Amino acid sequence: MEFLIQNMPPIMFLTLICFLLLGFPVAFSLAANGILYALLGIAFGEFTFPFLQALPDRVFGIVQNDSLLAVPFFTLMGLILERSGMAEDLLETIGQLFGPIRGGLAIAVVFVGAMLAATTGVVSASVISMGLISLPIMLRYGYDRKLATGVIAASGTLSQIIPPSLVLIILADQLGRSIGDMYRGAMIPGFILAGTYILYVVIASLIKPSYAPALPPEARIYRESNGSNGLPSLAVLVVVASVGAWLLGKVFLSEKSAADETIVLNLLLWGVIAFVIAGLNRVLRLKMLSQIAERVVFVMVPPLFLIFLVLGTIFIGVATPTEGGAMGAVGAIIMALIRGRLTMSLLKQAMDTTTKLTSFVVFILVGSTIFTLTFTGFGGQHWVEGLFASLPGGEVGFLIVVSVATFFLAFFLDFFELAFIIVPLLGPVADKMGIDLIWFGVLLAVNMQTSFMHPPFGFALFYLRSVAPKEDYIDRVTGKKVKRVTTGEIYKGSIPFIVIQLCMVAAVMAFPSLVMHYKGTGTGIDPSQVTFDTGASYGTDPYGSDGSGGQGGKGDKSEQGSGDAYDDPANAFK
Amino acid sequence: MKFLFTLSRMIDALMMVIGRVVIWLTLVVVLISASNAVIRKIFHYSSNGWLEIQWYLFGAIFLLAAGYTFLKNEHVRVDIISQRLSKRTQIIIETIGVLFFMLPACLLLIYLSWPFFMLAFETNEQSSNAGGLVRWPVKLLIPIGFTLLVLAGISHLIKCVGFLTGTGPDPLAPMGGKTAEELLAEEIAAEADLKRQQTLQAGN
Repeated sequence: MEFLIQNMPPIMFLTLICFLLLGFPVAFSLAANGILYALLGIAFGEFTFPFLQALPDRVFGIVQNDSLLAVPFFTLMGLILERSGMAEDLLETIGQLFGPIRGGLAIAVVFVGAMLAATTGVVSASVISMGLISLPIMLRYGYDRKLATGVIAASGTLSQIIPPSLVLIILADQLGRSIGDMYRGAMIPGFILAGTYILYVVIASLIKPSYAPALPPEARIYRESNGSNGLPSLAVLVVVASVGAWLLGKVFLSEKSAADETIVLNLLLWGVIAFVIAGLNRVLRLKMLSQIAERVVFVMVPPLFLIFLVLGTIFIGVATPTEGGAMGAVGAIIMALIRGRLTMSLLKQAMDTTTKLTSFVVFILVGSTIFTLTFTGFGGQHWVEGLFASLPGGEVGFLIVVSVATFFLAFFLDFFELAFIIVPLLGPVADKMGIDLIWFGVLLAVNMQTSFMHPPFGFALFYLRSVAPKEDYIDRVTGKKVKRVTTGEIYKGSIPFIVIQLCMVAAVMAFPSLVMHYKGTGTGIDPSQVTFDTGASYGTDPYGSDGSGGQGGKGDKSEQGSGDAYDDPANAFK
Repeated sequence: MKFLFTLSRMIDALMMVIGRVVIWLTLVVVLISASNAVIRKIFHYSSNGWLEIQWYLFGAIFLLAAGYTFLKNEHVRVDIISQRLSKRTQIIIETIGVLFFMLPACLLLIYLSWPFFMLAFETNEQSSNAGGLVRWPVKLLIPIGFTLLVLAGISHLIKCVGFLTGTGPDPLAPMGGKTAEELLAEEIAAEADLKRQQTLQAGN
């Protein structure tokens, strides 16, 4: 019996794995496991019944956690956007823009993927659009199937790492850090990742030109009457807008403005200037711009505007991430209205999906909170720490083991489960080792991003499979027969990108400065709003309970600082 | 058994009604949150009441929709093993899960959260922020949410037993037609088709 109590945490953890594998909803398996062991603890005299009375407090703490409110906001925004036709316009136009060069269609997919990623936080949106629009074109002109499917799946997953992503919100929440910092930290790794995808496409098309042929001339839609491609006109416009943005930017920004703020504002100005020029050109029929230049501007401005509305306001400090999400959702609704795409049934469906997603996500958190209460009650935290303390290599050893474990767990757990079950166990260990938690979070996020590309369960692959042609078909434009896309091709296509992803994990680990620049920019939120994004889900309570109680109520969470309780070991591990 | 099926259908109908209302709360809270940010920036006015109503509604969304989400079978599962089991074994696991995981956990939470609510109700607890809201309504959401889950669980249990005794259909079968993804894919495909035809015509 003594032996049992001594080894309760590992026993509890093993039982949890068995419970989860039964296939019953995760939220209830977690909760049941926590309660079962709490009752056992009471039976063994380890806990007293009041121990369980912390539970309503815990649930109430989750209700009060309004940084989680960003989850429904960004989900709703993504769902509305994916129906607004924005993705389709972007894919078509950017495809025409880059198409004439070798590998251009694939580059366009990455470019649009990154752009959509910066407006939504959900994977399904971009993969489905790209699979339906870009895949047939790439197949038509003889792209290598593995490259075509891989690039689509990988670009779709960019929305997991480029803010505003749901993964980052939840990681920030679970690590007790601010969402804004997490966004800032993930920005550069996200864009480097997109850049690396493009690099891969370019290299592949150089080594094997047949893998990624250029669009043949007859497939280029935007031609000037004199037969030119209209690109010089676009180049001139880009230069003019950039210079204009740079000059105006100097007026608006002071010397000490943070880098991300500068980028956001310049991008916005660039978009506004280009839009004004293109608009004037159209209204006054000046014919200054080529068709493609005008078209590019008109499709780029709506997403740029949304990016500003969400990320811009967060980075500049006008809005909290939650409010940024709300404004993004309103912006998306307005845009869908303007485009005439917002029907009642669409809105209803988006609301329905959002509500169900919110409910199941938060309920996993409710379940894992119950689990963690008992688990830490039995001293599980010490067990986890002990496990990692025996590792060689200290901090680096810890990070490598965590990364490898996450990579393999991601084959059968999705990121919600990983974030809610694994992260609360690892976060305190990382913090104790002096690892910056934003860095740790971004590292986990890049790693978990691969879970969307893992064969056979990766969501991106799954969505792509659902829209890729399952039968041989006659292409409408060329009249030739195109073979179906096999599931094996989709799986194989994802492998190079998973490798790129792992290199990125290594890069983030080796060069923390990729992430740590967030510190230089301050919080970006003025103190009057600090109460608003308390990410302190485990600020005070969970690791404070040492088996004797946990009754000490959480107090009104919104009155704590922004997760700082965590910085104080005495507070977090008393 | 017939009575039980009627009960199950009634519970499901209740969940659907609640679901149909709750989904709109997300839109309400989106609008509140966005206007709050704008008003604070432009008029430098902010009220704790409006801040607090956001998380009140957040609580309402996820707690009240929990039963509805369960009815729609949208709570995440780890199905790596279970999807290879026979339908019958899956349903047996469901039955055990509802009986031994879900119902006890939810009942315990109802039992524990009721005094938690009563305390706030009897003392008429107020928010500690100036201009904040009264607390008991949001605390009441917790027992209500878990009660709805218990009801949804009972309904599911009846359907599982029905399936196992051969008197009912498969309770895990996808409800009502296509998933959101399928609908979306169709819509985008139709749109892309339309575009293609337009461009072809424009090109000619």
